[in-house]
Amino acid sequence: MIKFFLMVNKQGQTRLSKYYEHVEINKRTLLETEVIKSCLSRSNEQCSFIEYKDFKLIYRQYAALFIVVGVNDTENEMAIYEFIHNFVEVLDDYFSRVVNNV
Amino acid sequence: MVASSSSLKLQDLIQEIREAKTQAQEREVIQKECAHIRASFRDGDPLHRHRQLAKLLYVHLLGYPAHFGQMECLKLIASPRFTDKRVGYLGAMLLLDERQDAHLLITNSIKTDLSQGIQAVQGLALCTLSATGSAEMCRDLATEVEKLLLQPSAYVRKKAVLTAVHMIRKVPELSDIFLPPCAQLLHEHHHGILLGTITLITELCERSPAALKHFRKMVPQLVHILRTLVTTGYSKEHSISGVSDPFLQVQILRLLRILGRNHEESSETMNDLLAQVATNTDTSRNAGNAVLFETVLTIMDIRSAAGLRVLAVNILGRFLLNTDRNIRYVALTSLLRLVQSDHSAVQRHRPTVVECLREPDGSLSRRALELSLALVNSSNVQAMIQELQGFLESCPPDLQADCASGILLAAERFAPTKRWHIDTTLRVLTTAGTHVRDDAVASLTQLIGGAQELHAYSVRRLYSALAEDLSQQPLVQAATWCIGEYGDLLLEGSCEETEPLQVEEEEVLALLERVLQSHMSLPATRGYALTALVKLSTRLRGDNNRIRQVVSIYRSCLDVELQQRAVEYNTLFQKYDHVRAAILEKIPLVERGGSQVDEEAKESKETAQLSEAAPVPTEPQASKLLDLLDLLDGPSGDAQHPRPLDPTPGSALIHLLNLPCAPPPPAPIPNLKVFEREGLQLDLSFVRPPGTPTLLLITVTATNTSGGDVTHFICQAAVPKSFQLQLQAPSGDTVPAQGGLPMTQLLRILNPKKAPLRLKLRLTYNHFGQSVQEIFEVNNLPVEAWQ
Repeated sequence: MIKFFLMVNKQGQTRLSKYYEHVEINKRTLLETEVIKSCLSRSNEQCSFIEYKDFKLIYRQYAALFIVVGVNDTENEMAIYEFIHNFVEVLDDYFSRVVNNV
Repeated sequence: MVASSSSLKLQDLIQEIREAKTQAQEREVIQKECAHIRASFRDGDPLHRHRQLAKLLYVHLLGYPAHFGQMECLKLIASPRFTDKRVGYLGAMLLLDERQDAHLLITNSIKTDLSQGIQAVQGLALCTLSATGSAEMCRDLATEVEKLLLQPSAYVRKKAVLTAVHMIRKVPELSDIFLPPCAQLLHEHHHGILLGTITLITELCERSPAALKHFRKMVPQLVHILRTLVTTGYSKEHSISGVSDPFLQVQILRLLRILGRNHEESSETMNDLLAQVATNTDTSRNAGNAVLFETVLTIMDIRSAAGLRVLAVNILGRFLLNTDRNIRYVALTSLLRLVQSDHSAVQRHRPTVVECLREPDGSLSRRALELSLALVNSSNVQAMIQELQGFLESCPPDLQADCASGILLAAERFAPTKRWHIDTTLRVLTTAGTHVRDDAVASLTQLIGGAQELHAYSVRRLYSALAEDLSQQPLVQAATWCIGEYGDLLLEGSCEETEPLQVEEEEVLALLERVLQSHMSLPATRGYALTALVKLSTRLRGDNNRIRQVVSIYRSCLDVELQQRAVEYNTLFQKYDHVRAAILEKIPLVERGGSQVDEEAKESKETAQLSEAAPVPTEPQASKLLDLLDLLDGPSGDAQHPRPLDPTPGSALIHLLNLPCAPPPPAPIPNLKVFEREGLQLDLSFVRPPGTPTLLLITVTATNTSGGDVTHFICQAAVPKSFQLQLQAPSGDTVPAQGGLPMTQLLRILNPKKAPLRLKLRLTYNHFGQSVQEIFEVNNLPVEAWQ
């Protein structure tokens, strides 16, 4: 089950966050900073799946924007990876040009 | 700035916010706007309410508080206009989650909207319900949603299915309501509804075994759906990189997995289909690989045919060879799960797994390490350990501990020869000494002790290793122990298994002194070194002046443990010189795991069982002395191995004087005087009962040597949080004067975490007509009290 969906830019600011299970506000910021830190520190050589506490993080980078999805154990990581791309394509179709403006 | 900002459109507001150059400016703009919005809400202007709420929602997205808009959402939802409803429902989804009180108030509105018949409105209501519906709301509205599941409009049906999924997650008891429509919904052509239905069925099956049984009958239908998906050609609507709707395929496969688990019949129906999916899917792009991966997971979980399982393992093996790191990662994870059940199949891919050890990526190499350790067996152990040791040298520090302990465990289970085992352990200790587990030294000493023929070899290897590098503590400890034990073999001459090493006595003693003085040595290591030096006094042929000198120096060492040892060893040299040779004889093999071993058992023991080592007290030295007194001087096979970390031979001397017959108690911990004031003295004595290693019994004894009685004496104690303290009743509350009967009180302390003990005592009493209160922390608690 997808636990949360984040869009973060390279400076570490959250652009979009949607939590599918309730998380306290202050815990959210903490979660987001830690998640962003682990994603930003990965190089191109490494794989897109990270293990973080009891979640699995699947992230994908689009220019300066990182899309991170946190799932629990039952999900197929590669399907989620594909799903992220699908999401971006839908946004692209619907809003003509997906761009990260500051 | 527009004069009447109640007509400020959302776009204009966004423009204004964007134009603000600094954070402070932005805040100003927003605060002004929020004030206007609040005024407008108060005035109750129905025409522009939706616009105001829309602006408020935008501001909320940016992170500013927007709770004053909650009641407006309700009003908007209740309004008949669609524009109002749209913004109202959106606001409800963002601002009204379960914890707000206003939440339940929208239930009625949703109910009316659901039965209205206008698709768009029904859609809105269903969306809100599925996003923020609480348990009560779900119960109230379940029947409404169920009716909508069979509506003619596909748009509404899709949303209704999604709402049903949310409801089942919130209130599992509603499954009876949603079970019947599922069969019909499976006939849908619309993929969105189909995907929703499959998810709904998955949720139902996960939560109720009755549902599981019910849906097993539908396996053939599911198989049919999947087969059509796989075999249809390109369909513009559903194709992603050549795979037809991979999301639906993955979801169906997951459902099949749940249905086929532990159920022969369903598994059989699925076998052909799974084989077909596995072979026909295009694996050049990620979508195909995702489907393939799900297929493999399903094959592994159900009761599949043997051929199918082999196919699954082969697919995983192919994944491992793929260049894409994501795929390798999932392959390694799945293989790890498979290795228990299909060991031989996974073994075939061992070379590839070992390749993955060399990956620069941290998550991959960790998985590869776990899998490699699981794949070690008696036939490939030497090659694998070789690879793993190469990995150990280059791996990041957080993996080193796991790797080292893994290698040592594997070596223990599968070592072909003792010599190889010793070599391997030695290499691990040299490479990653600081990260090994605590009992590695014990196992090594155990191992060496047991391999009689390899004593000379081991002592030479350890000596050369020690001479090179003093920093790895476990290595230093093992090496000093060995040198102490088998020092004579070291000096003897050549040993055919290693290069000839000419070692002088002086060199050996110099090395041990260096260990003693090195600032990198832990106190425990110093203890080992000191004991080794003393043992060498009997093994070496030269005179013992140098050793005596070193031992005397340490008599004034600041470390209490070392000081005690040095004093006692010194006594050995002087007063008890005649028994020194017997005490320092070669240690016979230790029995791991035995705590209190009888003397009879000791007598008959020749070979040791291998099991976990437990801290061993110094009975053996006591029994040795007894043997001496009984005029037996058998060196080996008698007593247990006195670990140098244990209480010192001093306690053996005490036993000599007491001549115990039964197995002697563990070495007593010295008493501690903690408090003294005007003749009232408080002593603590410690007992560690042998059966319960975490229990410590402290007896507090109060003695009074002054002229006046001490009355109303109360002693209280406090310990850190991880301990459990029990104070038993004191023997009395008066300590009579002039050395009268002392008062005792027993404290029971449980120390499950073996943390350092800290003790604070509080005393209140009357003495010489004054009432006294003292609070103090007990310092200098002996280490044996909590270790």
